[in-house]
Amino acid sequence: MTTPVKEPKNTAKRPHESRLKQLTRHQLFIPLAALALLVLFNLVADPSFFLVTVKENSLGNPVLSGNIISVLDNASELVILAIGMTLVTASSGGQDISVGAAMAIAGSVILRMVCGGQVTADTMQMSLLLAVLIGILVSMVFGAFNGVLVAYFKIQPMVATLILYTAGRSIAAWINNNQLPIINDLGFKYAGTFLPGVPIPTPIFITALIIVLFWLALKRTNLGLYTQSVGINANSSRLNGLDPKLIKLMTYVILGVCVAIAGFIRVSRSGSINYSRMAENIEMDAILAVALGGNALSGGRFNIYGSILGAYVIQFLTTTLYKYEVPSTALPAYKAVVVILLVVLSAPVVQEKLAGIRKAPAKTAKGVS
Amino acid sequence: MPKGIAVDKQGRMKERAAMSDTNLLLAITVVVFFLLYLSAILFLGGGFAKPQNFLNILNNNASLIVLSCGMSLVMITGGIDISVGAVTCLVCMVSAVNLEQQGGNLLTVVLIGLGIGLAFGVVQGFLVAHLGIQPFIISLAGMFFAKGMTTIVSKEPVRVTNEGFLAVKDTRITVPGLGSVNKLGEYIPAYVEVGVVIALLTVLLLFCLLRWTKLGRSFYAVGGSSQSANMLGINVRRTRFLAHVLCGVLAGLGGILYFLHVGSGDVANGAGDEMNAIASSIIGGTLLTGGVGNVAGTFFGVLSLNTIKRIVSSLGFDEAWWSNITVAAMLCLFLVVQSVVLLRRNKK
Repeated sequence: MTTPVKEPKNTAKRPHESRLKQLTRHQLFIPLAALALLVLFNLVADPSFFLVTVKENSLGNPVLSGNIISVLDNASELVILAIGMTLVTASSGGQDISVGAAMAIAGSVILRMVCGGQVTADTMQMSLLLAVLIGILVSMVFGAFNGVLVAYFKIQPMVATLILYTAGRSIAAWINNNQLPIINDLGFKYAGTFLPGVPIPTPIFITALIIVLFWLALKRTNLGLYTQSVGINANSSRLNGLDPKLIKLMTYVILGVCVAIAGFIRVSRSGSINYSRMAENIEMDAILAVALGGNALSGGRFNIYGSILGAYVIQFLTTTLYKYEVPSTALPAYKAVVVILLVVLSAPVVQEKLAGIRKAPAKTAKGVS
Repeated sequence: MPKGIAVDKQGRMKERAAMSDTNLLLAITVVVFFLLYLSAILFLGGGFAKPQNFLNILNNNASLIVLSCGMSLVMITGGIDISVGAVTCLVCMVSAVNLEQQGGNLLTVVLIGLGIGLAFGVVQGFLVAHLGIQPFIISLAGMFFAKGMTTIVSKEPVRVTNEGFLAVKDTRITVPGLGSVNKLGEYIPAYVEVGVVIALLTVLLLFCLLRWTKLGRSFYAVGGSSQSANMLGINVRRTRFLAHVLCGVLAGLGGILYFLHVGSGDVANGAGDEMNAIASSIIGGTLLTGGVGNVAGTFFGVLSLNTIKRIVSSLGFDEAWWSNITVAAMLCLFLVVQSVVLLRRNKK
């Protein structure tokens, strides 16, 4: 609620501020600075990090390989989730912690469809498009379940989504009778690996498509405006003729679609599923991406490109940590430190103190000039 | 308006309504638990009728009882702490490594447990109370930090062989009059483990703290409305901070009890216990929005939750996923009921 009040002040101040200060105040400053820091670290430590080579994959096709490609490729699910999470955060002022579990559900549904209920299938039993559509539909229903709890029953988002977080992976296992279906059809794996004859991993294209779609939606429709106004002040948006409950519900359903696509990419990478390990802890990364992108976790104004950039920065960090042989199980500890640093830096109390420190030298500088 | 709401004593009326909410939710929990257990005895018979079966619920969940009470305290002040399960796990692992590889004893285990809990409580409490960061985010980070640290300490399970420790672990305190006679005609006394006694004492202590001390009452005041609490002269920040510290220490104690029960350090220890603790608190009538709740209810919440789990598994649905789905369904039911109660009260 304070954002609209503060905003004109900031803009009024801006002309007097130096270039550097304008830069640090920019919303994308933190993710860009973090990215620059990581790039610099890798350049100094081992420049071969950035090497991109052409290698033959298991099918004998020439494909691009290298850490940068792997960052872009592996960040796909996270980027797609971060987009949906940004909308949910903006409208309801809370985060959905069930996205990882919901991804397992979507993946499980899609696998069950293409395997036709068998444990191993060599060819797809159903058209892939139809299977993915069913996956998206199921995921939208679960998104709507979360959305109804949040919007109509007014339960805090993180607690409402706790239900699906607890049950999701069990539901995913239940859908396939706790079996682990495997599909060996190459066509199924195109989306998660490479299209024949294309040297760039397919998830990069899918992510680009989703980003463009959301860019269009935000530009051409009122999605962004409505989401922000509901997040800033639900009551006054209601007085202006919006239905805050419906808009909140809608953002959760949109997140459901994002979750299904991310889940499809994840199962498509291997053609199999591991209910308890699939997309583990991805909810943490998605929330972190939103925060890193300079979006307030308490809702309101948002910048979707900040979240997208944030997601790539996180994947960059993960890949870097892996390169220096940090075991995957210890990874959460490092990330937790980054999260705590970020939220502490973005806390209003700390911001005020920092602003106080900034202001003091600014005044003296003015006096001198 | 159907009922005449007090004209001049609105403040008092509201207070009475809130109190009756606490008691109403507590009553629902107790009734639900007894109904569940009675129907289990009636329809499933056998095992449920034996007193030892009931005591085993306590034996298996001493740690969860303590964790849930800590969770309730934080929830009463309007916060949440989801790091408790991971802290339990970290305490178990560090204690096991300490006993096995560094020649520790029971005293060091207790110190480690409480120390780790206190550290998590102080850091999280400071960040929540003094920097105004959302408790969920902070404790989420705390949870991941504890999980990561556990695997850094040891990836492999550590089994404890320390004799002094095992002696305490295997101590069985006989409960007179509840034993049963087995098929061979031998009398088997009913027993509880040491942890249960500690857990019950903790519940009692916290119950007294919440009901009769200034600190306990200020937890409710802060959770109900931090602004009014502030006007009453309560130090809101300090109260929130202390709630988180207490919850952290209780998570440490829960870790010690878990360790006493299983006797090993493993990365899977306490997995999902934060969710069980939240579910128990909610079932026990603690409102997520703060200001309403009771540790006695939480105690019954733990019992109800585990009775349901036992019923589900004795019905033949013994796969792990059924238990998760039941817990989630029960959580969902109680959340919706609470939300309806709350919405109706706000409308008045």
